[in-house]
Amino acid sequence: MRIGVFVCHCGRNIAGIVDVKTVVDEIAKLKDVVFCTDYIYLCSEPGQKTIQEKIKELNLTHIIVAACSPSLHGITFSRAVEAAGVNPYLFEMVNIREQCSWVHSHNPELATKKAISLIKASLAKLRYSQPLTPIKVPLIQKVLVIGGGIAGIRVALDIAQAGFEVCLVEKSPSLGGRMAQLSETFPTLDCSSCILTPLMVEVARHKKIHLFTYAEVKKVEGIIGNFKVTIEKKPRYVIPEKCTGCGDCVDVCPVVVPNEFDQGLGARKAIYVPFPQAVPLVYTIDFENCLNTEKLIICEQCFKICGPKAIDFLMRPEEIQIEVGAIVVATGYELLPLEALKEYGAGEYEDVITSLDFERLISASGPTGGILRRPSDGRIPKSVVFIQCAGSRSPEQGRPYCSKICCMYTAKHALIYKHLVPDGEVYVFYIDIRAAGKRYEEFVQRVMGDGVLYLRGKVSKVFRHNEKMVVLGVDTLSGKTVEVETDLVVLAPAIIPSKGAQELAKMLKIPVDEFGFFSEIHPKLRPVETTSPGIYLAGAAQSPKDISETVAQASAAASKVLSLLSQKEATLEPIVAYVDKEICKGCGLCRRVCPFKAITIVREDKKRYAKVEPAICQGCGCCMAICEENAINVAGFTYQQLSAQVRALLEDKYEVSKKTAEFRKI
Amino acid sequence: MKMNIGYFPGCTLKATALNFEKSALEVAKILGFQLEELSQWHCCGTVPSLSQDDLLKQISPVRNLIYAQSLGYNKIVTLCSMCYNTLAQSNLFVKENKEKLRKINQFMSEMPDYDGGVEVKHFLSFLKEQITLEKIRESVKTSLSGIKIACYYGCLLLRPKIIGIDDSEQPKILEELMQVLGAEPVYFPYKTECCGAYHTVIKPDIVARRVYRILENAKENKAQIVITSCPLCHFNLTKRQEEIKKIYPDFKGIPVVYFTEIMLQALGENFKCV
Repeated sequence: MRIGVFVCHCGRNIAGIVDVKTVVDEIAKLKDVVFCTDYIYLCSEPGQKTIQEKIKELNLTHIIVAACSPSLHGITFSRAVEAAGVNPYLFEMVNIREQCSWVHSHNPELATKKAISLIKASLAKLRYSQPLTPIKVPLIQKVLVIGGGIAGIRVALDIAQAGFEVCLVEKSPSLGGRMAQLSETFPTLDCSSCILTPLMVEVARHKKIHLFTYAEVKKVEGIIGNFKVTIEKKPRYVIPEKCTGCGDCVDVCPVVVPNEFDQGLGARKAIYVPFPQAVPLVYTIDFENCLNTEKLIICEQCFKICGPKAIDFLMRPEEIQIEVGAIVVATGYELLPLEALKEYGAGEYEDVITSLDFERLISASGPTGGILRRPSDGRIPKSVVFIQCAGSRSPEQGRPYCSKICCMYTAKHALIYKHLVPDGEVYVFYIDIRAAGKRYEEFVQRVMGDGVLYLRGKVSKVFRHNEKMVVLGVDTLSGKTVEVETDLVVLAPAIIPSKGAQELAKMLKIPVDEFGFFSEIHPKLRPVETTSPGIYLAGAAQSPKDISETVAQASAAASKVLSLLSQKEATLEPIVAYVDKEICKGCGLCRRVCPFKAITIVREDKKRYAKVEPAICQGCGCCMAICEENAINVAGFTYQQLSAQVRALLEDKYEVSKKTAEFRKI
Repeated sequence: MKMNIGYFPGCTLKATALNFEKSALEVAKILGFQLEELSQWHCCGTVPSLSQDDLLKQISPVRNLIYAQSLGYNKIVTLCSMCYNTLAQSNLFVKENKEKLRKINQFMSEMPDYDGGVEVKHFLSFLKEQITLEKIRESVKTSLSGIKIACYYGCLLLRPKIIGIDDSEQPKILEELMQVLGAEPVYFPYKTECCGAYHTVIKPDIVARRVYRILENAKENKAQIVITSCPLCHFNLTKRQEEIKKIYPDFKGIPVVYFTEIMLQALGENFKCV
């Protein structure tokens, strides 16, 4: 065993506190340490080169790097070590920055002592390390994308254009998502549909994309490279292959209900397409509102008039099984329900609406044909008050986060309102204006200069006074309370994860944050990957995002998928549990605690023992902790390795009693 | 139905809000239960207990809860909004902080330990949950039909949210009660606006301006009478009407009464409330 130890200065980050020279001197004395040195920036190219040269020159077999956090540079060093011919699992990284110099910046002596102690501990662990080889699993060259908004569309197109097959599953009857509901986009004010609908058509036409609209993912099993997915196609009661989208059925349908696409501000029939540019252009009967029931056909107007005979009242939900190698989650967002915003009279007054309602009211294809009318009496509002951060940035309501897009769309709304009603008055209540983005600040400046009155302060109350809405608030710049009488109040409610996100997270075994948004592995370094290999994130399902950011992330997710699919096999970390068949009694405790269901109990030669599926195992170690016989171990983190590490840590502080050591016989 | 309910009056109910107590006791009797005044009680602890970091401030409310506990009540009813707020907040505080409760108990070594088992209820929620609005509707003798009422809540019944008896922004418990009495609760967006509270002591003009807006809003919405449940609000809403007239000479007064007084009228007794 020939161990090399490299201690990094990290500039002054480590060396400013930790006495690296002393560390090197102390470590060099230890058994098996052939070489020990320090270097100013080990992560730099010359730094890595030093390590590689010394490996070759001194024929080092085991390497320790004492530097920053392994989550930052673990991969950097293990690749460098591997390139020099040492198995990367015979490399240990010790964090003497976060764990020593940063936390003990006021006590250099302690920081130095601790650094030595930590390196000794990892040295002890390294003595028992074994070389490991990554696991290879076959990879199905097909991808599932969940969500048919702009994020899902972009991901699907990027992957399909690279020549791989994509299954795109969308819950609602049409592609388009939230973006389809928007009138214009900021900061360029181009029409949202005009840039979205061509992409929707492209998805539908693409030979490599299998489109499942009005469908939901019901079950996901398996692992990276080989996910088995069950998709439920909800019955449209219209045969898609026969429907020509002529719309004859709509004219005769007697049922009128609020249109969800128009935020309930417009109406639709029980047989409908959500909006005229819907893709696929296939009608859907909403059986909740249709007069017919599963047993009784009361009305058959649509059935009678349908030329191509596309209507089928007996249609049943249909389950489809697909197999894919990777999954991208792009389930988007929702707005905080109005009922949660009672201080603004939300849900109480018709003329207090959400920003999404406002989008529909100003949209040329909206329920009012692009003429802004307020919901209560249809009058054109001569003044509008916008209230930002409605429910966002509110720790007391449990949503401390910024919803990010509201400053921009509110500015856009104010501007469009000024175009629609040039003599109208606009007030915007805000906390800060957050317009970080290309041409964003300029856009807000332009709106502010366009006769829109920005008031910095919160609104305390909104109520009706005769025909008007009264907004009570405060202007914190002048320090005065303000009372504004207005025709319409538009809230920018907090953005929350879409319905069903929690269930989907459970199904995919990926984590969500405290607000229900899907979590990435690392916010800076691995922003589109989840902790489950082969599952990626795109768009507002992860956190509030605007269109540009969503599209950028979607393409990033697609490129991650493509780099995965460019290989025939997926490579998995070998840090997985393995069973010692001799010791294992097959009690099944490990099977019960395994969160990934990677363990089964098998019977062989009249003996029962646990068996680990390495491709599913994530190396969490739950099984190892619960096993009473010490029969199951995680490679790279065996009981032997961890005990040695702990004992080395304690050595300096206590004389470890020989009895204890003997008891465990390590 | 015969029920005896532990009743914590508090100081105001024995002084300026005598008619509040009298009417509430009467209402209880008509509805078939009795509010039994705790044989021992003292100051609820009022304002100081609203800050939670100083345990001493919790002593007074907790001591009252100990009285209730040792008298065998597992539930006490209050009329005064402030007493309700103070006792309920303290009660919640000690229930959630066992360690702090232990310290408080230690401090009052000669008293029995409080175990957190007493429930603090305001008379309004007690009526709604225990007696039920249906039962009250059945007990109405003189329907208040045609009387337009503005229901004023103030702050203490609703905030902080954790002890609020109803939605803190859009409460409706008083309106529901008035409806079953046959009265017509009016649209009254100022029902939770601050009355000015203790500013009444040194800055009565601030209170006058605030109360003016509240009462004017009630009148604009066609209210003939304003009801409230808080003795301090009642004081500000009635006594400061004189100051309002000095500032706004056109102001015409409006009667403000406790909700129990108007209940009593509906439940048939000849009780003078205005």
